[in-house]
Amino acid sequence: MNLSMKWLADYVKLDITPKEFCAGMTMSGSKVEAFEEEAEKVQGIVVGRILSKAQHKNADALFVCSVDLGGEEPVQIVTNAKNVKEGDLVPVATPGTVVTEGSESMKIKVSKVRGVESYGMFCGLSTLGLTQHDFPYADAESVFVIEEECTPGQDIASAIGLNDVSVEFEITSNRPDCLSVIGLAREAAATFDVPLVVKEPEYHGTDENIEDTLDVEIQNRTLCTRYAAGLVRNVKIGPSPRWMRERLRASGVRPINNLVDITNYVMLEYGQPMHAFDLRYVAGGKICVRNAKAGETITTLDGVERALSEEMLIIADAEKPIAVAGVMGGEYSGIMEDTVDVVFESAYFEPTQVRLTAKKLGMRTDASARYEKGLDETSMLTTLKRAFSLVEELGAGEVVGTIIDRNYANPVQNRIPFDPEWINRFLGTEIPAADMEKYLGSLGIAVENGEAVSPTFRIDLERKADIAEEVARIYGYNNIPSTVITGVAKAQLTPEQKFNRTIEQTMAGMGCNGILTYSFISPKFFDKICLPADSELRSTTTIMNPLGEDTSVMQTTTLPSVLEVLATNYNKRNASAWLFEISKEYHPTTPDKLPEEPQRLTIGMYGGCDFFDLKGMLEALMEKLGISDLRFTRCGEDCPYDEASAFHPGRSAVVYSGSTSLGIFGELHPTVQENYGIGVKAYAAKLDIPEMFAAANDEITYRPLPKFPAMTRDLSLVCDESIPVADLESAIREAVGKFLEKVELFDVYRGEQIAKDKKSVSYKIVMRSADGTMTDEQADAAMKRVLKALTKLGADLRM
Amino acid sequence: MKEQLRQIEETAVAAISSCTDLRALDELRVKFLGKKGELTAILKQMGKLSAEERPAMGQLANQVRAALETAVSEKSAALQEAAKAAKIAAESIDVTMPGKRPAVGRLHPLQIVENEIKEIFLGMGFSVADGPEVEYDYYNFEALNLPPNHPARDTQDTFYITENILLRTQTSSVQVHVMENQKPPIRVIAPGRVYRSDAVDATHSPLFHQIEGLVVDKGITMADLKGTLELLMQRLYGDDCKIRLRPHHFPFTEPSAEVDVMCFNCHGEGCRVCKGEGYIELLGAGMVHPKVLEGCGIDSEVYSGFAFGLGLERIVMRRYNISDMRLLFENDMRFLEQFR
Repeated sequence: MNLSMKWLADYVKLDITPKEFCAGMTMSGSKVEAFEEEAEKVQGIVVGRILSKAQHKNADALFVCSVDLGGEEPVQIVTNAKNVKEGDLVPVATPGTVVTEGSESMKIKVSKVRGVESYGMFCGLSTLGLTQHDFPYADAESVFVIEEECTPGQDIASAIGLNDVSVEFEITSNRPDCLSVIGLAREAAATFDVPLVVKEPEYHGTDENIEDTLDVEIQNRTLCTRYAAGLVRNVKIGPSPRWMRERLRASGVRPINNLVDITNYVMLEYGQPMHAFDLRYVAGGKICVRNAKAGETITTLDGVERALSEEMLIIADAEKPIAVAGVMGGEYSGIMEDTVDVVFESAYFEPTQVRLTAKKLGMRTDASARYEKGLDETSMLTTLKRAFSLVEELGAGEVVGTIIDRNYANPVQNRIPFDPEWINRFLGTEIPAADMEKYLGSLGIAVENGEAVSPTFRIDLERKADIAEEVARIYGYNNIPSTVITGVAKAQLTPEQKFNRTIEQTMAGMGCNGILTYSFISPKFFDKICLPADSELRSTTTIMNPLGEDTSVMQTTTLPSVLEVLATNYNKRNASAWLFEISKEYHPTTPDKLPEEPQRLTIGMYGGCDFFDLKGMLEALMEKLGISDLRFTRCGEDCPYDEASAFHPGRSAVVYSGSTSLGIFGELHPTVQENYGIGVKAYAAKLDIPEMFAAANDEITYRPLPKFPAMTRDLSLVCDESIPVADLESAIREAVGKFLEKVELFDVYRGEQIAKDKKSVSYKIVMRSADGTMTDEQADAAMKRVLKALTKLGADLRM
Repeated sequence: MKEQLRQIEETAVAAISSCTDLRALDELRVKFLGKKGELTAILKQMGKLSAEERPAMGQLANQVRAALETAVSEKSAALQEAAKAAKIAAESIDVTMPGKRPAVGRLHPLQIVENEIKEIFLGMGFSVADGPEVEYDYYNFEALNLPPNHPARDTQDTFYITENILLRTQTSSVQVHVMENQKPPIRVIAPGRVYRSDAVDATHSPLFHQIEGLVVDKGITMADLKGTLELLMQRLYGDDCKIRLRPHHFPFTEPSAEVDVMCFNCHGEGCRVCKGEGYIELLGAGMVHPKVLEGCGIDSEVYSGFAFGLGLERIVMRRYNISDMRLLFENDMRFLEQFR
C-alpha cells in the first residue's frame, strides 16, 4: 500500500517530518517499507519562460533560446526541441542538477553546444519521472510545455504538483482496513494522538429512479451479503483533474480517465473495491449475483476467455456472466470511449470464495486481494456516495438520485470483555484504564458497559487478547518493561540429546568436520549408489510440488547426500575431506500417516585415510559411547543394509553390537566412485543412532586396579590368507580363558619368507591372575591350549 | 716418606685437575688410590717406621687419601656435568619446524551457533523439544489458528506430500506437540529444519533452520517475553545489546511482534550493515493465541504464554559475515575449516 501524504492530510493534520511519521507508524504496527519524496527526484529543475528562440548558427537541428529563470538576466539554452516556442513555460534543469533517465544519470553543466554556450537543459516528461497519464496534454516525446499556472524560477515540484511524499506500507493480512487512506489516517490519528476527521460524502443526483432502469437480485446470499448499485447517465469521459492524478500517481496507480480514476480513487480512499459496468452491456437491465452454471465462460477485461465452474460466484445480466464477483470484470463491462451510461457496483463478497476463485482462475487482482481478507460489510452506500460526489465534482456525468441496495448482511460487531486489570496482568504493565479507553476510542473501538465493541471494519477483533494488543501497540511495545520469568524448571538435555552431543564432539575430536545437507534428494541418487531396483529404500515420501527433481523425494538413505559433498570437495581440489552429519531418514509408513524419521550418523572421507582408519574411528566412537561387544562382518548376501551396493564388496563391513546391526561402512564401490567422479579412494559409513543408543551402556562402575603383575607372551603364526584374524583372536580368547587380559595383533606379514597364499600374524597376549602372581607354568599351559586351538583352525606356529 | 706422600699428592692433583674425560679419571683413581695404587704402596711401608713416626705419618697419609678422593669425585662431577651439557647442546632442534598435528574436526557453523543458543536457554531453565519434519497440516497450520483457506497460508510456500501431510514450514508445529503432551509449566525450545518452496539464491534456501521457543504458565506476561529475548540477545551479542519490538501479525500469537536487535556492527548508530536503521530484524514473537492454547486443552483463562521463532541461518550469516546462504549447504572444506 502506497500512501500519498497530501491525501492523508485530508483526514489528519500532522506537523512532523516524513521520517518521524514513518518511524511512528512502524512502531504502532503499520510497517513502513520505504518513503519517497517526489520533489527530491526533480531538485534543481525550475520553470523557465522562453523569451526568444533562434536558429543555431552551426547546426540546422538546434535552436538557441533566451530563457527567463526568474533571475535578473535571462540565460541562454541550446535545444533540439521543435515543439517549444516563444512564451512557453518549460522545465529547465539548471547546472548542478543530476537528471536520471531510466538507469542513466547525468549531471547538467554549463557547456558549449556546437560553439554556443548553453546554460542548462529543457526537460521532457520522462526526465521528471512522469508519463502522459500524468499530463495528458503534454508531448510524450519532446520537451514538456507546461500549461499549469506557475512563474519563471519556481521550482518544478511545486509548479506541477510533484511535491507529494509517497509512503510504502507493508500491511499484514489481518488489517485489510489499512489498505486505505482513511484506515491509515485512523492509525495515524491514534499513533500521534490527533483527531481524525471523516465526513459522510454527499451528492445531489437527478430525480430519476434507478429501479426504472435496473434490477438487482442476489441469488446466493451467503457468498454475497450486500450489493449496492448506482447509475450515472451521459458520462463525459476525459482526463481527471491534476490533484486526482497526483494522488493516484503517489499511490502507485496509473491515471486512466475520470470515471476509471474515480473507482480507483474510492477504492484507495475507503479500501472498498468498486466496479463500473457499461449499461449497454447489462442485458435486460438486470444484474444477478449467482453461481456460475456448468459450461459458462467469460472473457475477462484482460481479453482471456475463462471457463467458470459452479462453485464460482459471478455477476450476470439477464443472459450471461458479465464479471467474476470480486475478481475481474468481463470484456465489455468496462468503460469505453463511447460509453454513455455507467452502473457503479459496491458489494460485499465472502472472502474465502473470492480467494478460491481467484486462485483457481489464476488471477489475483487488487480487488480480489482486498475482498479475500474480509472488508467492512457496511461501507457500500458510503463508497457509492463518495464516487457520486466525485462524479459531480468532476462534472463527469449525471448521477441518478436513487441507489439500489440489496442488503442481507449481518455485520460482525464483537462485544469483548474490557478488563483493564487483566490487560495489565497480561502485558506486565500499569496502564491507567482511562488511557486504554482513549487508545481504543482513537481506533474506533467503543467501550460500553465494560465491553469493547469491535467496529465493522475490524473483523480481526474477537477476544481479550486482541484488545490487549490494540492497547499495547498504541501504548508502545517498547514502553512495556522487561522482566525475567521466575520459578525453577527442570531443564537438561535428554539422554538421547546428550548421546548426539557426544557423537558430535567425538567425531570432531577425531578430525571429522560437521556438514549439513538437504533432506530431500533426487530419485536418481538411488541409481548413483547402485541401489538394487527392488530395494525398499526406493519407495519414498515424495513431494507433490517440488522445486525440481533434484529435491523431490525425502531421503530414505543419508548416504547419497554425503557422497555428493565428498564429490563437491573433490571437484574443488580439496586434498582431503573428513565429514560427518547427524541427520534423518524418512521412511514411509502408510499413505495417510507420517513417515518414520530415524536419525543417522553418516561419515564420508577421502585423503589420508583407509578402511582401517574409518574402522578404528568407529571403534573409538563406540567405546566412547559405551557400546561394547562389537562384531564386524564383511557385507554378504544377508547384509541388512541395501546400501551395501554402494560399497566395495571385499572392503566393507557391517558393525554389530551383539546381534544388533548398528551400521555399514567401508570403501566405496569403484562404480559408485566413478558415478560421483571421485578420483581417489573414498570411504563412508552410515550408522543407526537409535540402535546405537539402545546398545549403549552409560553406567560406569570402577574396577579395582590389578594387584599382581601380568605375564606377556608373543606369538607368531602362519595361516591361510583366507582365515580372518577375528577367528584367530576368538580362538585365542577362548583358549586362554579367565587369565586373558588383552590380545593385541601387532603385525601381519606377507612376502618372501612365507609361502604364497599364506600370511604371518603376530599377537601379543597379556595374561593376569586376580588371585596372585601368575607362574610360568600357568602361562605355558595357557599357551599350549592356544596352540592346540589354533592348529585346529589351520594356523601353525611360525618357526 | 713424608716427601714421597707430598710428591704423590702433588702429582696426583695435577693429573686429576688436567684430566678431561671420565675414563682417564678412573684410570688415575686406580693408579693413585687403587689397591695396587701408589698411595697404597707407600702405606705398605708404614710398618718400617718407628712407633713415634707412625701416628703422624698415618695421619698425613689419610689426609692425602682424603684430598685425592675429594679431587677425584669433584672432577668426576664436573666432567659428568660437562658431558650432559654437551649432550644437551647437541640435542638442540629447530623449534620453528612444523608440529605433528592430530586432525582436528570442527562443527558446522550452524551447529556451533545452535549449540550456543541451546546452552543459553538451558541456563534459563528451558528444555529442548523435537518434532517431526514431515507433518500433518493440523500441526503446522490448523492448530496454530491457520484454518484452511487462511490468506496467511499463501505467504508460506509449502511443500505438500499429500493434501493433508506437508513438510513443516515452521518449528511452531512443535509448540502444539509439546502442549498436547505436557501440562504447564512449559519452558522449551525446539530447534530444527523447516521447509519452504523458495528457489535457492544467496538469501533463500528451500531448507533452513529455526529455533522455536515456548513458555506457558500462570501469569506469564508480555514483559516476560521481552525480558527473555533481551537476555538471549545480550548473551549472543554482548551486554549492551538492546532489542526493539514492533507490532506485527502472526495467526498463532496475540499480541504479535517482530523483534529487531541492535546492530552488532554499529551498536545502534546506523551503518551499512543495518542500512542506517541501527537495528536488524531478527525474529518473530508474541503471546500464545488463546485459540492455540485451547486447541491443545490448556485453559487460556488460567494460563498464558509466549512463543518466539528465530531463523538460525540469519544469525549465523550475520555473526560470521557470510553473504551467501548457499555456502552453508555446499560444505566446502575450505569453508568448514574456518569455524571453531
